[in-house]
Amino acid sequence: MKHLLSINDLNQREAIAILDTAAELARVSDAPMKKLPTLRGRTIVNLFAEDSTRTRISFEAAAKRLSADVINFSAKGSSVSKGESLKDTAQTLQAMGADAVIIRHSASGAAHRLASSQWMSGTVINAGDGTHEHPSQALLDSYTLRKHLMHGAKNLEGLHIAIVGDILHSRVARSNVLLLSKLGATVTLVAPPTLLPVGIESWPAKVSYDLDEVVADIDAIMMLRVQSERMNELFFPNAREYSRYFGLNTDRVKRMKKDSIIMHPGPMNRGLEITADVADSARSVIVEQVSNGVSVRMAILFTLLTGEGIESGALA
Amino acid sequence: MSVALPSADIARALTRISHEILERNGGSKNLVLLGIPTRGAHLAERVASIIQTIESKSVPVGTLDITLHRDDLRLRPPRALMPTKIPPTGIEGKDVVLIDDVFFSGRTIRAALDALGEIGRPRTVQLAVLVDRGHRELPIRADYVGKNLPTSLEQSVKVHLSEIDGVDEVLVGKAGEL
Repeated sequence: MKHLLSINDLNQREAIAILDTAAELARVSDAPMKKLPTLRGRTIVNLFAEDSTRTRISFEAAAKRLSADVINFSAKGSSVSKGESLKDTAQTLQAMGADAVIIRHSASGAAHRLASSQWMSGTVINAGDGTHEHPSQALLDSYTLRKHLMHGAKNLEGLHIAIVGDILHSRVARSNVLLLSKLGATVTLVAPPTLLPVGIESWPAKVSYDLDEVVADIDAIMMLRVQSERMNELFFPNAREYSRYFGLNTDRVKRMKKDSIIMHPGPMNRGLEITADVADSARSVIVEQVSNGVSVRMAILFTLLTGEGIESGALA
Repeated sequence: MSVALPSADIARALTRISHEILERNGGSKNLVLLGIPTRGAHLAERVASIIQTIESKSVPVGTLDITLHRDDLRLRPPRALMPTKIPPTGIEGKDVVLIDDVFFSGRTIRAALDALGEIGRPRTVQLAVLVDRGHRELPIRADYVGKNLPTSLEQSVKVHLSEIDGVDEVLVGKAGEL
């Protein structure tokens, strides 16, 4: 495996291996000395053509804990804002000797384009491309679910997860549905019909339009951000109505199972898809998702960036 | 492929190594045993239980995974990380005995020394191995050796332990044969 562009690049065994590796690497984050020499001398570029807080700093922290050199590159303040193409940017990175490029882009398929072109030879990691996929987020969500709910089991067999909200624009939902079903969990998507993509019936998930119907039988709920920046038409009448039918509030949390957990990939719209008291409640693992993100991204970098000398013949 | 060390010889070697460890360290008081996964970890458990029989008190035993400190990560396929379990006593100021199955180039032990350095500062670090097959590439040697087994580079050495492989034996054969 050279690139991580989609959850479909992984089979069940490889996905579990990444989660296991992350569990071992989590020790490093707890140790007083948070640094390993594993990727010393390797250059990793964070190419972020779209805004991000969590994903970018978490990939940066992950790379630095493994001793890689990190170059941060954001569209604002670079030649991308002068209209430089992805191709020219990629060739510049290649000329600087980047071993891996972590790319976030508003166009679906941007990571795939970078990986399948001959523009650069390094590893490409998709950190979110348009409304397509966000594989590292799905892996950290599964890691969090496994840690809280599986009591030592390797997969997510038997879990029932609801993903609620703006499925249409959500790359997080897409990657999560693929990974959760791969790991044996049942997924129910809950959203108003206007926020479900065309072809949803072919996804390995059930669909419901009624959050109250679902809330009592799930082990975890993933709330999605309402992505107003991608909404150029009217998808629901108004924010109050959305929040009443599809928001997570204390009443709904009370009807959830006792050990169930509440997740959100961030950034949250407090008061829209989730109320502030639910987001800060004891069942919410939203902050923990962020720290798990560092361990999981270390595992991704470790898995993709070790052994690549074999292909280039460095062994001889 | 031939059996270089049958089960009974392995047991005797481990008993001797345990006695040597106790003799050199004047008992088990300050000892911490750390096995290098996978098979070194089982050997460490065995040495710990032999020491417990001799001294009638238990000795702290743990595991130390060195994968993240290897110098050949680029040259080999990604490998699974194994657990590192440091006993609650820690290693600070202790006499740490690293235990591995086969001693070859010495690179594993170099990585282990780096890994240890991140956990603490032991008083001494010693090395016990079941088999020393020669061909050191670094100025590192074992303090306790089960058996010296001179081999050529074309040969490979494989340790089987009952905990994993169902049988205790050390095999020597042509590379690729094992």
